[in-house]
Amino acid sequence: MGLFDYGNNVMSKAVIEFHNVVKSFGDQRVLDGVNVSFEIGKTTVIAGGSGQGKSVTLKLILGLLQPDSGQIIIAGQDITKLKRRHLNDVRKNFGVLFQGAALLDSMSVYENLALPLKERTAYKSADIDQRVHEMLAQFNLGGHGDKFPAQLSGGMKKRVGLARALMLQPEIMLFDEPTTGLDPHITLEIYRLFYKTQKQYGYTSIIVSHDIPKVFNLADRVILLTNGKMATFSSPEEIPESDDPDVISFAVETMGHIYSSRDMEQKI
Amino acid sequence: MFSFIARIGDSFLYMIRDQGRMGIFLLSALRGIFARPFRFREVVRQIRIIGADSVWVIFFTALFTGMVLGLQGYYTLRKFGSEGLLGSAVALSLIRELGPVLTALMVIGRAGSAMCAEIGIMRNSEQLDALECMAVDPFRYLITPKFLATIISIPILTQFFNIIGIVGGYIAGVILLGVNPGAFHSGIEQSVVNLDINLGIVKSFVFALLVVWICTGKGYFVNILRNAGFGAEGVSRATTNAVVVSSISVLIWDYLITAIML
Ligand SMILES: Nc1ncnc2c1ncn2[C@@H]1O[C@H](COP(=O)(O)OP(=O)(O)OP(=O)(O)O)[C@@H](O)[C@H]1O
Ligand SMILES: [Mg+2]
Repeated sequence: MGLFDYGNNVMSKAVIEFHNVVKSFGDQRVLDGVNVSFEIGKTTVIAGGSGQGKSVTLKLILGLLQPDSGQIIIAGQDITKLKRRHLNDVRKNFGVLFQGAALLDSMSVYENLALPLKERTAYKSADIDQRVHEMLAQFNLGGHGDKFPAQLSGGMKKRVGLARALMLQPEIMLFDEPTTGLDPHITLEIYRLFYKTQKQYGYTSIIVSHDIPKVFNLADRVILLTNGKMATFSSPEEIPESDDPDVISFAVETMGHIYSSRDMEQKI
Repeated sequence: MFSFIARIGDSFLYMIRDQGRMGIFLLSALRGIFARPFRFREVVRQIRIIGADSVWVIFFTALFTGMVLGLQGYYTLRKFGSEGLLGSAVALSLIRELGPVLTALMVIGRAGSAMCAEIGIMRNSEQLDALECMAVDPFRYLITPKFLATIISIPILTQFFNIIGIVGGYIAGVILLGVNPGAFHSGIEQSVVNLDINLGIVKSFVFALLVVWICTGKGYFVNILRNAGFGAEGVSRATTNAVVVSSISVLIWDYLITAIML
C-alpha cells in the first residue's frame, strides 16, 4: 500500500498541489503566488528560462526549501508543516535526479547504487549485489561499477543518478534537467531510458527541462514558469493561445521556429 | 550614527541566529548516537582516519615537547638546586595542560580541517540534499560517526601524548643531562594526584566535543553561516574558520576548566 492510495471517495487525482506559494531570496521574489497541481501517473514538464525558479520549485516539493507563505500539499498532507521524521516518510516515495547528479563522490558507482538499498531496505547483501548489477546492466553501465563519479562522463553521471533514483521504485520521480549539456545522441538515450523505465515502473514524473518542444513528446502536460507565475498547458498548440505576454515571448524564444512568426507577432 | 548602531544590531542578530543553528546541529548530532542500527563499521573507519592516522604526528609532537620540557625544566630547576623535581614538573605540565591542548590542536590540523572540507564540499555539490531526498539522515549517516570517533580518539591520543611526552622528558633529563632516574620516578609518583589526571581527562573529552562540533558544523553550514561563502572559496574559508575558531575555543575552555576544577 502506497502513500498515494486515496480510496474511492477522493475526487482529485492530484498528488502534489501548490496553493499560493511564495518564495523569495532576499529582495528577489522567485515564486509569486503559484497555484498548480501535478496529477498521479502523469508526466509533467516544468519549462522556463534560466534562473526562473525551476530547481527551487523541485526543492520546495522535496522539503529542502521552505516557502515564505502558501501550502504545498503532497498526498493530502501540507509538507510545510511536517516534522522532519514525517517529511522523511513522504520523501521515501520520491526518486530524484539532481541537476548535477549529486552522486556521493567518495563512493564508487556500485556503492552509490547500493546505498539506498542498504539504508532503506532489509535486503541481504547478496540481493543488493544482484539488484545493483541488474541496474548497471540496464543503464549500460556494466563494467563501470568500480569507477568513482569524478571518473565518469556527464552522460554517465546522469545515468548513474537516474539508476540510483529508481533503485527503490519510487512513486514519484523528479528530474532536474536530465538532458541539459548532453549531446543529441545521449539525450535521445536518456529519453529512451526514461520512457522505458516509466512504462516499467509507472511512476508519476515531474521533469524540469529546457528542451521545448521535444519534451512534449514525453509530457502529458507542460507548466511554464515565467516571472514567478506558473501556467499549465496540455499541448504545444495551446501555448501561443495564452494571453500572458511573458508566456508568448517565452514561446517565441523557444519555439519560434514551429509557429509561424506572423501569428506570434500579432499576439505581441 | 544610526547605521552604525543598526550594523551592530545586525551582527548581533546574525550571531544569535548562527549560534542557534550550531546548537540545533549539536543536538541532532548527539541524538544520532541513539539511533539504530548503530553504525559500527563507519565509526571504526572514522576512528582510523581521525585517531589511528594521527598517531605518528602525536608521537613526534609529544616526544619533542617532552624533551624540551626536560631541557628547560632542568636549567630552571638547577638554579635552585632542585633538579630532582624534574620528573614532577614534566609530568604535571603534560598531564594537566600540554597533553590535552596539543593533542586537540594536532587533531584539528590533521583531521578537523579535513572533516570540514569534506562536509562542505558535500553541501556545495548537493550531496547532502541527495542524502536527505533518499530519506537517509545526513546526521546519522555522516556526522554522528565523526562525533563518536573524535570523542573516542582524542582522549586516547591524549593519554598516548602524556606517556610519550614523559618518555621524552626522561630522555632529555635523565639520559642526556644526567638527572638521577630514581628521583625522576619518585618525583612523578609523589606529585601527580588523581585531580591532575581527572583534569586532563575532562579536558580531553570537552576538547574532543568542541573540535568535532565546530569542524563538522562549519562544513555543514558552509554557505549559510555569516562570513560564509560559496563554491571552492566558501569551503576554503569555512575550513580556515573552523581551524581558527576550534583552536581558540580549545584554549579558552582550557582556561575555564582549569579555573573551575583547581
Ligand atoms: N539558495 C539560494 N539563495 C539565494 N538565491 C537563490 C538560491 N537558490 C536559488 N536562488 C535564486 O533563485 C532563482 C531561481 O533559481 P533556480 O535554481 O530555481 O533556477 P532554474 O530555473 O532552475 O534555472 P536553471 O534552468 O538555470 O537551472 C535564481 O535567480 C537564483 O539566483
Ligand atoms: Mg535549475
